[in-house]
Amino acid sequence: MTRQATTPNQDLLRGIWRENPVLIQLLGLCPALAVTNSVANSVAMSAATMFVLLGSSFLVSLLKRFVPGEVRISTYVLIIATFVTLADMTLEALVPTIHKALGAFVGLIVVNCIILARQEAFASRRPVGRAMLDALGTGAGFTIAMLMMGTIREVLGNGTLLGYQVFGAAFEPWVVFALPPGGFLTLGFILLFLSWIQRRRAEQARVREWPEGVGERRAA
Amino acid sequence: MGDLVWIFTSAMLVNNFTLTLFLGLCPFMGVSARVSTALRLGAADTFVLVLASLAAWFLNTFILEHAPYLRLISFIIVIASLVQIVEMVIKKVSPALFRELGIYLPLITTNCAILGLAIFQTNRGYGLLQGLAFAIGAGLGLTLAQTFIQHHEGVIEVESQPGRTSFRIVLPLQ
Repeated sequence: MTRQATTPNQDLLRGIWRENPVLIQLLGLCPALAVTNSVANSVAMSAATMFVLLGSSFLVSLLKRFVPGEVRISTYVLIIATFVTLADMTLEALVPTIHKALGAFVGLIVVNCIILARQEAFASRRPVGRAMLDALGTGAGFTIAMLMMGTIREVLGNGTLLGYQVFGAAFEPWVVFALPPGGFLTLGFILLFLSWIQRRRAEQARVREWPEGVGERRAA
Repeated sequence: MGDLVWIFTSAMLVNNFTLTLFLGLCPFMGVSARVSTALRLGAADTFVLVLASLAAWFLNTFILEHAPYLRLISFIIVIASLVQIVEMVIKKVSPALFRELGIYLPLITTNCAILGLAIFQTNRGYGLLQGLAFAIGAGLGLTLAQTFIQHHEGVIEVESQPGRTSFRIVLPLQ
């Protein structure tokens, strides 16, 4: 992918949907499952991850000429850990309750494979501007996935959205969705739904391409 | 003593790293072909977790008191280097053990369960012995989750016809 010439537009948009880090590439499942039991937590986690992505892509792309190949991974990890420390302390100062709810998972952004993957596959061989676009797109894709998970789990598991009641007092929350198994269930259903859409699209494209000859093409 | 037992069982069962904290999912999904692999990987996991726990305790107690902002950076460097050193020692001292366990060590270092253990241990203020109980419990918990997945041999079958879809979940009980 990265070896072909891409336009700035592609660099930005790729990560958001077509190569979504969580929903398509299945990277960074730890945070996507662990801290998405409410929308507020998802937002804080996404913001922190976006910040780390932008910061480390910027620095890695800027320093790419000075980092020897043998120690590049350790260098990336150090750069990432520095930005995670910044994000961790900022969250602690601004939103202490959410920081407490996220717990160890803010620190664990260091080992989020989405970030290291973008450094190794993209930022380390592209100019700064492109690296930032890629980080922005990837961060947005991560945020979308986190928000999908967070919304479904908070509405079903707690009957609220951002803390406000949505169903009225009579609703009995499906507590399991706020608990760890709910994370696995929600992700499973989202992936199922997406692959269903993808298959339907492929089917429709085939029908458009071969209006009366779908069967023949299959046979061939 | 009581709290050590509690920390140990909690890390192994109630708050299992894989099943409730979602740590170490990558090998959980990836290496699930053979039971013997799972056991060896589990043993290597436990070993690295204990190392990480000791390293984190040492850093927290003697070095990081006045520089808490260096915690993440120093954890990740110290643990990675320590595992690397141990890997070289094992390779030199016991090639047989290296073939059994050693090949998994570099993989495990990048596993989020390791850094997770160090951070959880710090956040909860565990001492040396509590940290060790936590690490061993977490390691056994990872092994348990992994072998369980390989042993249960369950399948989910989906059958779809126009207008009708049926799911069949098979869990062998023997």
